[in-house]
Amino acid sequence: MLTIAGKTFRSRLFTGTGKFSSPQVMQAALTASGSEMVTVALRRVDLHDPADDIMSVLARDHFFFLPNTAGARNASEAVRLAKLAESSGGGNWVKLEVTPDPRTLLPDPVETLAATGELVKAGFVVLPYMNADPILALRLQDAGAAAVMPLGSPIGTNQGVLTRFQVAIIIEQARVPVVVDAGIGAPSHAAEAMEMGADAVLVNTAIAVAGDPVRMAQAFAKAVEAGREAYEAGLGARRSEAEASSPQAGLDFLRE
Amino acid sequence: MFVAPDFQQLRARIAALGPEAVERALAKGRLDLDDLAALLSPAAEAFLPQLARRSAQLTSQRFGNVIQLYAPLYLSSFCTNRCAYCGFSADNAMSRRVLSFAEAEAEAMILHRRGFNHILLVSGEAPAKVGVEYLETLALRLRDKFAAISIEVQPLAADEYARLFAAGITSVAVYQETYDRAVYDRVHLGGKKRDFDYRLATPERAAVAGLREVGIGALLGLSDWRAEGLAMGHHLSYLRKEFWRTGLTVSFPRIRPAEGGFAPLAAVSERDLTQLIFALRLFDPDLGLYLSTREEARYRDGMLGLGPNRYSAGSCTVPGGYGDTEASGAQFEIDDQRSLDAVSVAIRAKGLDPVRKDWDAIFQQQDQGRRLAA
Repeated sequence: MLTIAGKTFRSRLFTGTGKFSSPQVMQAALTASGSEMVTVALRRVDLHDPADDIMSVLARDHFFFLPNTAGARNASEAVRLAKLAESSGGGNWVKLEVTPDPRTLLPDPVETLAATGELVKAGFVVLPYMNADPILALRLQDAGAAAVMPLGSPIGTNQGVLTRFQVAIIIEQARVPVVVDAGIGAPSHAAEAMEMGADAVLVNTAIAVAGDPVRMAQAFAKAVEAGREAYEAGLGARRSEAEASSPQAGLDFLRE
Repeated sequence: MFVAPDFQQLRARIAALGPEAVERALAKGRLDLDDLAALLSPAAEAFLPQLARRSAQLTSQRFGNVIQLYAPLYLSSFCTNRCAYCGFSADNAMSRRVLSFAEAEAEAMILHRRGFNHILLVSGEAPAKVGVEYLETLALRLRDKFAAISIEVQPLAADEYARLFAAGITSVAVYQETYDRAVYDRVHLGGKKRDFDYRLATPERAAVAGLREVGIGALLGLSDWRAEGLAMGHHLSYLRKEFWRTGLTVSFPRIRPAEGGFAPLAAVSERDLTQLIFALRLFDPDLGLYLSTREEARYRDGMLGLGPNRYSAGSCTVPGGYGDTEASGAQFEIDDQRSLDAVSVAIRAKGLDPVRKDWDAIFQQQDQGRRLAA
C-alpha cells in the first residue's frame, strides 16, 4: 500500500476533477477508477458552498480531496490559496502548482521550491507538481515535500512519459513517494510509469475527455495495477541484442 | 512595441495561398503565421469540416468539455469618441447614463443572484464619468462577490492598470476594431480613439501591469476579415513572446444594428466568422475564445464544442438594464436573448459542462489593508 505523510492509499491512481462534461460524468468516472485521491482546483470550486457542483457530487468518505493551486503564478499566490483552502475546511494537504506560463502550464521551479518551504513551515502536507528535474526533486524533498510529482510531459498533451530518464533518476533517489503527474495520455503510459517504479500516477485529461470516461477510468485502473505488479514482480532487464533463453554463451571450453 | 503589419500586404499574402498550403497547415502540429494565412485564405473554405474537427479536438484537449460563462455589466453610455459604428458615439442624440456605485453594485448583485461569478465591466470612453478612480472603487466593492472581474473600457496607462489589478480586476479587453489603418481613420471620426497606435499598444500596457489576461479583437464588418485574422495572429505572437505570463483571449464581435444605423463596410458571413474562429484556434490552441450574445442562439449552439470556450448569457447592453428592463440606450442589439439557465441547458445538451466559477478573488488579494480602507 502507498503511504504519503502517514495516510495510506490502496489505489495508486490519482485523479483530477477538471475538464469533465458534467459533474455526473466526473463522479461516475472517478468512482469507476477506484481512485481514492482526487485533486480539485481551488479556483474552480467554492469550498464555502455546500451545493458546489463538484464538491457536492463526490462523497468525502470515499475520496480524499487534494486541493490544488492551479492558476497561481508565484509562491505568494499559491501560499494564499492553500491557506484559504485550509481555513475553508479543505484540510492541510495541498498539491502545489505554480505555473506562470498560461500557455504550457509548466511549473516554475524557483517559486515552487519557495512555496514548498513556506507551506511546510505553516504545517501543510505539500505535494509539489514539478518538472522532471532530479536535483529539484531532492531540493523539494529536503524542503519537506511529502511526495514529489514530476511531469511525464506537459499537462494535457497526452504524450506519455517523455521525461523517462529523469523520472527514473528521481525514483532511484527519492526518499518520498514519486507520483508521475501530467502528460499521461493512455493506460500504456500509466503502466510504463508504474513499471519504472513510480509510486502512483495522476491522470485527469485522458479520462475526462475520453469518448467514454467511465471505461477509460477502468482501463487506467487496470493499467496502474498491472504496472505496479510488474514492478514488484521484477521486470527483466532490457537488452539491445537478442539472447537465447537457455544460453550456451560460448563457454564450452571451460574445464571446471 | 507591437508594430501592425501593412494591411494590404497581409491581404496579398493570404490571397497568394492555395489548397496545398492549407493541407500543409492541417498536417502540422504547431502552426506558424504562414499556416494561419493559409487557414484564413479562400482556399481553406473547402476545408471547413477538417478545420472544425481539428478545432474541436484541440479545444477539448486544452480546456476540457466545458464552457465558461460570464455576463457584461454596462456602467456608462457616455462617450467622448465619435465612432461611426457604435451606439454610444458622441454624435448620437440619446439619453445617457452613468451608474452610481450603489446602482452598479445593485446590477452586479442581480447577476450574482442569477449565478454569474465572472463579470465584465463595460463603459464608453468618458474618463470624467468612468475613470480609473471609479473603476478602482467599484472593483474593491465587488471583488469579494465575484471570482473574476474583467474590464472593457477606454485604454488606460500601465500604472492605472496596475492600480486596477491591485483592486481585483483580473483581465482587460481592448479591441483594435480594425488593424486596417486607413479604415480605422475613416470610422473613428473624433475623440482620443482616433489614435490607432495608442490603442494598439494598450494590450501590452495591461500585460506590463500584471493583468492575468489580455483580450484582443477586431470588429468584424469594418475591413477584410481574413487580413484582420492574420493581423491578430501577428499581435498574438508578439504578446506571447514579450509577455509569456499573460493569458490571451480573442473576441469576434460582428457589427450589429445600433443607434446611428451604420451599415457594415465589409461583409462577414457566418461561414467567414466560423473559418476565422477555427483558424485562430488551430494557430494558438491556448487562446480563450469568446462568443457573445451578439450572435444568435442557433449559431452559438451550433458552435458549442467546436472552438469558442467562453460564452456570455442573458446580456443587456444598457447601463442599469438588468434592474430596469424598460431602460433604453443600448450600445448594440443582442441576438441571443436566452437566460443563463436556458444557455446552460443548451450547453449541457451538447455534452459540455457550463462552468460559472473558474477563478478566485484570492489570487489578487495581496493587499488587505488597501481593501479595508476602501
